[in-house]
Amino acid sequence: METVDIGLWGVPLAILGGAIRVSTPFIFVSLGECLTERSGRINLGLEGTLVFGAMSGYAVAYETNSAFFGVLAAAFAGLLFGLVHGWICKFKGVNDIAIGIAMMLLGMGLAFFFGKPYVQPVAPDLPAISFGWWSSIPQVQAALQVNVLFLLGGLLAVFMTWMFRATRVGLIVRVVGDSTDAARAMGLDPDLVRLLATGVGGALAGIGGAYLSLYYPGSWNEGISSGQGLMAIALVIFARWSPANCFWAALLFGGAGALGPALQSVGVTQGYYLFFAAPYVLTLALLILTSSTERSMQGAPLELSLTK
Amino acid sequence: MSGAGAISVEALHMTMRFGDFTALDDVSIDIPAGSFHALLGENGAGKSTLVKCIMGFYRATSGELMVNSSQVKMTDPRVAQQLGLGMVYQHFTLVPSLTAAENLVISRADAPAVINWRAEHRRLTEFMAQMPFKVPLDQPVSRLAAGEKQKLEILKQLYLGNRFLILDEPTSVLTPAEADEVLGHVRGLTEAGQITVLMISHKFREVTAFADAVTILRRGRRVGGGKVGEISVEEMSETMMGKAPETSERRRAATRQHPVLALKALRAKDRSGLKSIEIENITLKSGEILGVAGISGNGQMELMEILTGQRHVSAGEITVKGDAFRATRAEARRHKIRYLPEEPLHNACAPRMSVAENLAFRIFDADKGGRPSFWQDRRAMAKNASDLIETFKVKTSSPAARIASLSGGNVQRAVLGRELTGDVDVLIVSNPCFGLDFAAVNSVRDRIMAARNKGTAVLLISEDLDEIMELADRIIVMSEGRVSFETPIAAANIVEIGQHMAGHG
Ligand SMILES: Nc1ncnc2c1ncn2[C@@H]1O[C@H](COP(=O)(O)OP(=O)(O)OP(=O)(O)O)[C@@H](O)[C@H]1O
Ligand SMILES: [Mg+2]
Repeated sequence: METVDIGLWGVPLAILGGAIRVSTPFIFVSLGECLTERSGRINLGLEGTLVFGAMSGYAVAYETNSAFFGVLAAAFAGLLFGLVHGWICKFKGVNDIAIGIAMMLLGMGLAFFFGKPYVQPVAPDLPAISFGWWSSIPQVQAALQVNVLFLLGGLLAVFMTWMFRATRVGLIVRVVGDSTDAARAMGLDPDLVRLLATGVGGALAGIGGAYLSLYYPGSWNEGISSGQGLMAIALVIFARWSPANCFWAALLFGGAGALGPALQSVGVTQGYYLFFAAPYVLTLALLILTSSTERSMQGAPLELSLTK
Repeated sequence: MSGAGAISVEALHMTMRFGDFTALDDVSIDIPAGSFHALLGENGAGKSTLVKCIMGFYRATSGELMVNSSQVKMTDPRVAQQLGLGMVYQHFTLVPSLTAAENLVISRADAPAVINWRAEHRRLTEFMAQMPFKVPLDQPVSRLAAGEKQKLEILKQLYLGNRFLILDEPTSVLTPAEADEVLGHVRGLTEAGQITVLMISHKFREVTAFADAVTILRRGRRVGGGKVGEISVEEMSETMMGKAPETSERRRAATRQHPVLALKALRAKDRSGLKSIEIENITLKSGEILGVAGISGNGQMELMEILTGQRHVSAGEITVKGDAFRATRAEARRHKIRYLPEEPLHNACAPRMSVAENLAFRIFDADKGGRPSFWQDRRAMAKNASDLIETFKVKTSSPAARIASLSGGNVQRAVLGRELTGDVDVLIVSNPCFGLDFAAVNSVRDRIMAARNKGTAVLLISEDLDEIMELADRIIVMSEGRVSFETPIAAANIVEIGQHMAGHG
């Protein structure tokens, strides 16, 4: 493929492509965390789950020679991490944030330990779908290479929005997240609901990890995550606990991250490293702009230890 | 859901212990189908504990429960619901961020896995059409007024098809007119044989007007009861308190009055953020009680929050003795301003800290001379706690118990005790007698009057007009976030005030 010079059009195109490529792990981790937090618990351990998911997904994909099994394995590993977190948190006097930090370090440590032998080998990639076939411009084709997991993430956001509104499970999660007392009075078991919500949230984070090692950047090494898991948790607050907003926030964050490389591609080299900070600056600025000292945080689950 | 028709409930020899503390001691109670039964007792008598045991919310230490004359094991609230027993708790159990419709549907045991909202809405509207009172279905519950929430709680029980309703102080957050409306409808349902009701109340007026029979608890024991009409109000109150009630004669002493607190041209947002609070001028003088009347939700809560510094003021000024006042702790201490906000457990306490610690909130960071101190004086805190518990008759298993474990009325007393110790120049109180038994009501009002007589300036925000008429020297009415009327007590006329409260003055 020969590059065609498309001038400044390259910038928005690179941002779009970057957004789609970079945002997927953010989408999965933030949707997982959204589910967990809606049930009234915070799982800060998702960074560790993400890294462990990346490792286990890569390892299983390599051993079975199937990226699909890799993703399944990552989800399963994430589920286990979530369940352990949820199970510990049900004990009296345990703080979910502290447990989350411990689980984060544990997940990363275990991943580095078991992942050593898989730094060299090459595992199969996850498939992508080309939505750019209509164009003859290679940059357009490259930007519109969309991974299946990204599409799944989008569908999941729609599904979760619907679930919280119109299914029993969704309403139960919201009830438990809003008022433990009301849940008990209804005969629900808040600990069980939170355990399951944390488990599923962990599984989603695991899938996000598999995307990292199996698609983009597409290999396993110890520096695979640069805090994506933690940032995704922050995005949930930014998205005000709405799954659809989580999706858009992840996309925005991914797009802002692609700003630096995109500008570089058209020859802007000054302040290159500053552009790396763009997503974080953008998130901070938007958080400040959309908050208020008057109202309490809108949409926050009331049982969350963050907002209590 | 159970079949149609009211059901009977009988509790036999119920005992409930929390650690060493016996909250309920061998209590039996019989409630025949279709009757309206009242449960009376002073704060901390064990009323809530008894009904929570009946509902399976607590596992009684011993005792038996009969529903429709057959014995049942009440192991968790779900069992109670299957049998058709439902309860409206003293604190709301609606989920605040869910809409009324969502709250109703999800509380059903057979809530469908996928909810077809269009069909559910149609069914809910049909259900509402048969009900004596209405509640907006599409609003999040957090936006409903207290009266609407209470109605929704009762509607929820009927919607669930429950035939035995327990109401724990259902009217403590309602105005007398609202209370009569709600209870009248509930009474109608019992007379029609559709439900049986067990109601906890502190208001004799409601008991004699609506109930068939009463049971009276005192310190966890059943000490009396009988048919309403055969037992007089005096007997009831005597049995409840264990002695004849003292009728206190509150005297209004002559005081020297000079302006202390002034609010000028205040502007702030209300709770919903949509409407505004606009107060042109309120002046509070020493040695007087200024009553702020109004129907709940007309800006009284916001006024309280402005004065405690919980709400941002966009324009105007507050002055205390001529100095600008921004409700900081230092300013409140310097000017000796004290507060008793509504729902003191949430607004004036750290619920998980001990009673003793909560009682020390005004003194823990100052030494005897009032200078800032670095070390806590544990001994002074313990003495402060035992003094206050003694003088204000706070019932607690120990000063080290979490304040959240106290009964509603006792939290109120503890906070009032804390706020009224030492010199107080300004006292700002909001609905000080919500949920208190009548003896406690009397003692709280006595203390407020005594503070006034000593020269304290008292701002009394209350939804209970009788309370204001009884205590205030001067009355202002709030309506739609504004002061709409002012009158000295001598010229006060209930009808006129009522009209201004309702917004057509
Ligand atoms: N979970 C608990 N742990 C320890 N003590 C408790 C608990 N619940 C209630 N108590 C104690 O049991 C006693 C009875 O409380 P209960 O709530 O039944 O009183 P009540 O009659 O409902 O009073 P009120 O009119 O103030 O609501 C109180 O002294 C209270 O401190
Ligand atoms: Mg009670």
